[in-house]
Amino acid sequence: MPDGAMPLAGAASVLDVRNLKTVFRIRGGEVHAVNDVSFSLKAGELLGVVGESGSGKSVTMMSLLGLLPMPPAEVRGGTVRFEGQDLLQIGAEDLRRVRGGRIGFVFQDPMTSLNPVFTVGMQIMEPLRTHMGLSKTAARARAQELLELVGIPGAKQRLDDYPHQFSGGMRQRVMIAIALACDPQVLIADEPTTALDVTIQAQIIELMLELRQRLGMAVIWITHDLGVIAGIADRVMVMYGGQVVEHAPVKELFANPQHPYTRALLTTIPRISGARAHRLTVIQGQPPIMGAAPTACPFRDRCDVAIPRCAVENPPRFDLGGGHDAACFVAKGAV
Amino acid sequence: MLDQDNTALVQVRDLKMHFPIHSGLLRRRTGAVKAVDGVTFDVMRGETLGLVGESGCGKSTCGRAILRLYDITGGEVTIDGTAIGQMGQGALRPLRPTMQMVFQDPQASLNPRMTVEAIIREPLDEHTRMTGAEKADKVAELMDAVGLNRRFAKRYPHAFSGGQRQRIGIARALALNPKFIVCDEPIAALDVSIQAQVVNLLEDLQEKYGLTYLFISHDLSMVRHIATRIAVMYLGRIVELAPRDALFGDPLHPYTRALLSAVPEPDPTRARARDRIVLQGDVPSPANPPKGCNFCTRCPAVMDVCKQVEPTYQQVQPGRFVACHLYETTGTADPTAGHPPHIS
Repeated sequence: MPDGAMPLAGAASVLDVRNLKTVFRIRGGEVHAVNDVSFSLKAGELLGVVGESGSGKSVTMMSLLGLLPMPPAEVRGGTVRFEGQDLLQIGAEDLRRVRGGRIGFVFQDPMTSLNPVFTVGMQIMEPLRTHMGLSKTAARARAQELLELVGIPGAKQRLDDYPHQFSGGMRQRVMIAIALACDPQVLIADEPTTALDVTIQAQIIELMLELRQRLGMAVIWITHDLGVIAGIADRVMVMYGGQVVEHAPVKELFANPQHPYTRALLTTIPRISGARAHRLTVIQGQPPIMGAAPTACPFRDRCDVAIPRCAVENPPRFDLGGGHDAACFVAKGAV
Repeated sequence: MLDQDNTALVQVRDLKMHFPIHSGLLRRRTGAVKAVDGVTFDVMRGETLGLVGESGCGKSTCGRAILRLYDITGGEVTIDGTAIGQMGQGALRPLRPTMQMVFQDPQASLNPRMTVEAIIREPLDEHTRMTGAEKADKVAELMDAVGLNRRFAKRYPHAFSGGQRQRIGIARALALNPKFIVCDEPIAALDVSIQAQVVNLLEDLQEKYGLTYLFISHDLSMVRHIATRIAVMYLGRIVELAPRDALFGDPLHPYTRALLSAVPEPDPTRARARDRIVLQGDVPSPANPPKGCNFCTRCPAVMDVCKQVEPTYQQVQPGRFVACHLYETTGTADPTAGHPPHIS
């Protein structure tokens, strides 16, 4: 089912992000959370974004939707092309029309992202009424349709229930229903299954893949779980220290990882099947905190193939052919 | 893991932990959440028993009840030959050094107003008559053992990263030379690249000090790595217990099968080719479990008998226990008969 949806190489991109930079001002300094991130999303594809906490994956997506509190956050540069406009240049009102409308999003924790004092029905109807100007009756009918779409039994009755009356998996289905309310062209899902148990995670993944097929939207799926990504993504972008360190079609990335960080990540996780390692491979040290714009490779201290050049120059993303690129001098052979 | 012998260090028999539900104006007791409802297993000396299950299945409650952090509702727990199930908290105190716990969230389980040194020293203050100098030596030794730099002894927990904080929690658990440690989701709050560091540390310490672990986790891949035997819990009961390779190679209980097939595999070709069993519905409430088998509401292989009769937890193959009508035989129904065999 996940196969076959691979978009054509020439498919138009619906979202195009270039050189995005986001900085947080904190007491006594700055944190450079997003450093020169560029990527594009083609119509109908599923782009996986992998990284650990602090790698900048969520901040990237929040920056392009203007969801970060400013200050302390500050988008220092870049362009975000979506439907012929630059989302970083348009005003707050215009951006609000895009957000929750043409671009939907699903967050990690369905408990904190749903409002506990409003019924689920009211929360699904809100974007329908504000973005699409539907009447109350029409919005309610559509809300019921959406709940049925995401597989909630007894949708009509459940519209009047409050979030606490739903289980975690069901709440996440409600979040997805809200995100889909206005037929988004792009859906950004930030760790949508991380707070869920594996059997519920399997349900949500199945639902998302089915919906994506049916509605033909492009999806950006953020996760720290390489297993989830392997099963669903068309392309994968690996982030570290606020930058994209590797990017490739999913099979290529898992079969032929070029960046030492990706390779280390893939060997450090134990598998559910196949040979069992006697000892887990360890990535020594800690992820970096980017106190300044990077002038060297952020992974060099933990890298087992680092060369002197890695300490004086931040490697750009070298094209390795076949839609694969990696920000590593050693991978490029540029030693 | 290597010097494991064939005797049980911890024996858990029909352990029950029910939490009362009070409701109404008079706060009368109107029911109970049966968090752990009749669990039986052994933990062998030197082994790591993995206890897996989804949230709310009672695995953490089980771990805490074994260490008598609760007054248990029923059953018996024997640790190193001493029955502690019904013992008072005062009588338990001298036994505490042998059994320790590593908690999930090192941020919440370390006192933010105590230095690392004080945190690790606290169990020594409480349970030993060591002199100040001896304690200082022991703290330094423990910090070395878990890979914390001694120079940071005077710092507070907030100055450490998640992985380092978990090391502090481990050092503290080790302070009194325990035999048995319950690790309650020790890596769940850590980043992928840090998890391996902590798991390797736990394995090294096990080898060095001959520790026995009950490793509670929802991460089946990690449990496959660390555990010698694995118990799978669902809604307060153990549905299957088996040696690692048997459980992952040939799961018997329908729930174990579904659980294993739901684990995402970091291999695109395999992940997409796999027949995934997607369970329908949610876990029922432990306050109101279904009649018959706990899993009958979601089981793909459900039969009529499952909705009426509770399956017996019994040994179906040497060392393999299952509670499922599919495997119900006329054989021994007593799960305590005979110890699970030696696993090397």
